[in-house]
Amino acid sequence: MYRYTDFDEAFVRTRVAQFRDQVARRIDGSLTEDEFRPLRLMNGLYLQLHAYMLRVAIPYGTLNPDQMRQLAMIADRWDKGYGHWTTRQNIQFNWPKLEDVPDMLEALADVGMHAIQTSGNTIRNVTADHFAGAAADEIADPRPVAELLRQWSTDHPEFQFLPRKFKIAITGSPNDRAVTRAHDIGLRMVRNDAGEAGFEVIVGGGLGRTPMEGKVIRDFLPRADLLPYVEAVLAAYNLMGRRDNKYKARIKITVFENGIDSFHDAVEANFAKIRPRFTGVDQEILTAIEAQFAPPVFADRPEAPFDAAYATDPVFRAWADTNLAAHKAPGHAIVTVSFKAPGATPGDATSDQMRALADLAETYGYGELRISHEQNVILPHVHKADLPAVHAALKSAGIATANVGLVSDIIACPGMDYCALATARSIPIAQEIALRFEELQVEHEVGPLKIKISGCINACGHHHVGHIGILGLDRAGVENYQITLGGDHTERFAIGEKTGPGFPAEGIVPAIERLVLAYLDLREHREESFIETFRRLGMAPFKAALYDSEDRADAA
Amino acid sequence: MTVIVTDTGFAPEDWAGGFVGPDGLAANIAGLGLELGPADDPAALDGRLEGIAMIRVMFPAFSDGRGFTLARNLRAMGYGGRLRAAGHVIADQYAMVRRSGFDEVEIGDDLAARQPETQWLARADWRAHDYQSRLRAG
Ligand code: SF4
Repeated sequence: MYRYTDFDEAFVRTRVAQFRDQVARRIDGSLTEDEFRPLRLMNGLYLQLHAYMLRVAIPYGTLNPDQMRQLAMIADRWDKGYGHWTTRQNIQFNWPKLEDVPDMLEALADVGMHAIQTSGNTIRNVTADHFAGAAADEIADPRPVAELLRQWSTDHPEFQFLPRKFKIAITGSPNDRAVTRAHDIGLRMVRNDAGEAGFEVIVGGGLGRTPMEGKVIRDFLPRADLLPYVEAVLAAYNLMGRRDNKYKARIKITVFENGIDSFHDAVEANFAKIRPRFTGVDQEILTAIEAQFAPPVFADRPEAPFDAAYATDPVFRAWADTNLAAHKAPGHAIVTVSFKAPGATPGDATSDQMRALADLAETYGYGELRISHEQNVILPHVHKADLPAVHAALKSAGIATANVGLVSDIIACPGMDYCALATARSIPIAQEIALRFEELQVEHEVGPLKIKISGCINACGHHHVGHIGILGLDRAGVENYQITLGGDHTERFAIGEKTGPGFPAEGIVPAIERLVLAYLDLREHREESFIETFRRLGMAPFKAALYDSEDRADAA
Repeated sequence: MTVIVTDTGFAPEDWAGGFVGPDGLAANIAGLGLELGPADDPAALDGRLEGIAMIRVMFPAFSDGRGFTLARNLRAMGYGGRLRAAGHVIADQYAMVRRSGFDEVEIGDDLAARQPETQWLARADWRAHDYQSRLRAG
């Protein structure tokens, strides 16, 4: 895992001192509220419905146990004893006081962390496949490149006042768990015919009010060209992106309005000028970063304790069936710890849970933790023999829910409970759906199904790419929930289709129930998942289940 | 009046030449400076930068970051003369301005009063803690 160099350390310390000074200069009037706003945003401080929120970067979702314990300490000392995992692999603290924020940032710097560029019209925290370095299907670990991009984008003088926010994601696996087609820039690590490593570069993807699938702007970019090329894209966007209308300011609109060809030409013209300025030092830095991501030495020992627990303990078996993924090293598994217990707030973690995870990572997990964009925590490397002990510890911490990838593993944005922009609640809807399916006891029967909920058209809950997407709107002062079906965030990227009229708050849970039960009737066999059945049959039978039933009255 | 900010602090205006926009460039501009707005395309100036002693890039609002890319582009095109950022640029942006290739900032008296010299000098160490130069140094 990456450890800060002296340079990184000095950088974050200086940055904290600057922010402390900016807070003081806001108070003494040197900075107007307008001027202070982007400065606090580029340091992660956001003004929400009820209070400030501090969004802390977890670069490419990777944490060590000390960092996790420090997050727990921060939650206890300056917040209400918990934090919230976000869909961009960050953690949010929802109740900090402005005057405490510099101290919180200092505490982050103590463990090699920061909140820089987690908000505002800048290049945001770079996200990566949460199974990076562990997944059996991986070509290469994307995190060293993500770290290089973090360093390049941090405090980049040209790109701190972009037309709008800018998000980059990278994956090193053909199974795209990083949603690269819905990012401003998506990078897929690939090899060309000669076997050389490089990137497929995708631009202009995004969800939000105008969902668009990203377009390939370079199908093979040599590895050493990455920083100048990304810089060329940003420079083109900085000049061409619209600044007259914030809803048309993202790069997806720039690409759409100018056309991919003319945007491509602008990028290539910039690239020709920028490339010579990179002399190869960045590649040397990358090599040094890569050395820090060398995989641990995986233990080679019998898996017997796993087999015994699997055979005798049905609770363990259910958890193992849903929450484990294939690891590249023999005898190991990737553990996803669900933060979606039915009835709980998706993604909320208490400080005790954070400490329990830090201990587990230290004892059984080679000292590594990940945060997924699906708002869960990953122990990327666990030997199977240790899984019964890990499961027991998770049970005592209240985070052994066996539902990863199932109906109740819902992504939900903060919605009306926290967000000033919300038009409807999203967390309570997620809670009600999860509780309802727990009652029905059909979740494991239903199998893989991704439900994603957003509390307004900004789509932070990624509803467009949910197999079932739910969008909460405001219709004349009343919450109304619109359903989309068939979205997919993976390499089979698709934006969901609207089913028809939306449902009021009290009708949405029964509507989801009808959809899921209809799927059970429609599927050809147990192995055909919800999304596969939808792809085979299309909208019609699901629409019929939603609207043609007797309780049609609850559609509004 | 205006104040000119450099790494050594505040100074009065010392450019006596005045400024013309890109349209005025066709005429003989000896002794005049060139002024660019954020929407002006520096590519249109290719091959015409020779002999220009001063370019002033206007920032209509501090939150409009186009000027930073314009400065980078001008330097990449080989412009070696004086490069000035003018308008609404705040002290907190001084390091960004310098790192993007500008030599100086021109601000109004009211901003200079609200953000006095010490606040700008606090960022005069813009060469320190700079990821960009680290990734490019050779
Ligand atoms: S989708 Fe809307 S309600 Fe939800 S977090 Fe984003 S802006 Fe807020």
